[in-house]
Amino acid sequence: MKHVLTLTALLLAQPALAQDTSPQDLIALYGAQSGAPPAPDAGRALFLSDQTGGKPDTPSCTTCHSADPTRAGQARTGKAIAPMAPRVAPERFTDQKFVEKWFGRNCNSVLGRPCTAQEKADIISWLNSL
Amino acid sequence: MKHTLSLTALALTALPAFADESEYMPPVSDPVALAECSECHMAYPAGFLPQRSWSRIMATLEDHFGEDASLDADTSARIETYLTGNAADAGGRSSGLLYGVAATDTPLRISDMPWFRAEHDGEVSAHRLRKAGSISNCAACHRGAERGSFED
Ligand code: HEC
Ligand code: HEC
Ligand code: HEC
Repeated sequence: MKHVLTLTALLLAQPALAQDTSPQDLIALYGAQSGAPPAPDAGRALFLSDQTGGKPDTPSCTTCHSADPTRAGQARTGKAIAPMAPRVAPERFTDQKFVEKWFGRNCNSVLGRPCTAQEKADIISWLNSL
Repeated sequence: MKHTLSLTALALTALPAFADESEYMPPVSDPVALAECSECHMAYPAGFLPQRSWSRIMATLEDHFGEDASLDADTSARIETYLTGNAADAGGRSSGLLYGVAATDTPLRISDMPWFRAEHDGEVSAHRLRKAGSISNCAACHRGAERGSFED
């Protein structure tokens, strides 16, 4: 069943992505904005932990994304979400506007505030290491 | 309130004309609305809600059923124009799907509309609902939902 879900997720129609960036470019961009080197372990901790500052129905990134980012997640509506790790989902982190839109929404839902450039670099560097 | 709604629902089940109208509903045809409103769930057809509902939904995207679904102003305005232009009451049209909805009511969920309750309350088994994850996950039960078919 889990397996079927992953396959389905990979086949899900993705919106046309701009392909105007890459995980490496984004890590460099956010890293330059924050002035500190990206810390994958901090990104992992942030992604997996439970938060209290955001909306009550979404305490963690893993409310929707799988705690194993090489696997598919599931939106609260039951819709599958493709894995987040670029190794298994190469379309991830290739469209800067898309990435910014979702960091904006999801950090606000989970943390109740925007993610900092440092946090974005940390999270992408962790996901890109998997 | 719950009670009133179930009573209305029972009364509605007796209306036969209703089913035909609701079996097919044109799917979202605007490419921007389709892309932006199908990221977390299927893009719900505009004809299922009145104009005032779509306007309210588009004005409150930053707290959209417990999530932030916000869009930039241009994208949001374009989608609102499309949705209201194809709403159940667009162009002064009257739709059976608005039966039992007071003019002062602004339903935010299709799944809260009286016709919807009439079609689903008691018709959907607890098992099927659990498998779908949410009554809002139309496509889990209606395989043709994204093509506009709600027959089965
Ligand atoms: C309420 C569900 C939900 C929660 C909670 C959530 N996300 Fe998401 N996220 C989504 C959905 C839905 C998408 C868009 C669909 C897709 O890309 O497959 C998405 C996409 C993304 C993307 C876009 C990646 C790309 O380039 O494709 C990023 C980045 C992201 N999420 C980060 C996060 C982070 C960080 C958190 C925790 C702070 C988080 N998300 C929490 C549902 C969620
Ligand atoms: C970030 C994720 C997300 C995005 C993007 C999103 N929605 Fe939703 N939407 C939800 C959630 C969560 C629910 C509640 C589903 C539930 O209760 O299971 C919902 C429910 C709805 C419902 C009510 C469904 C019902 O039960 O009848 C409508 C209508 C709706 N959304 C319209 C839209 C429109 C229009 C857009 C595009 C502008 C949109 N949504 C984009 C997350 C999203
Ligand atoms: C858990 C399963 C389930 C979910 C989820 C579900 N439905 Fe249904 N729906 C049914 C059943 C069962 C019927 C009644 C039997 C029939 O006529 O197909 C029905 C009937 C209908 C009808 C009337 C069809 C006709 O033949 O006249 C419409 C329209 C409809 N649903 C729309 C929706 C929409 C829109 C959603 C999502 C907001 C939805 N349904 C979600 C199970 C479901």
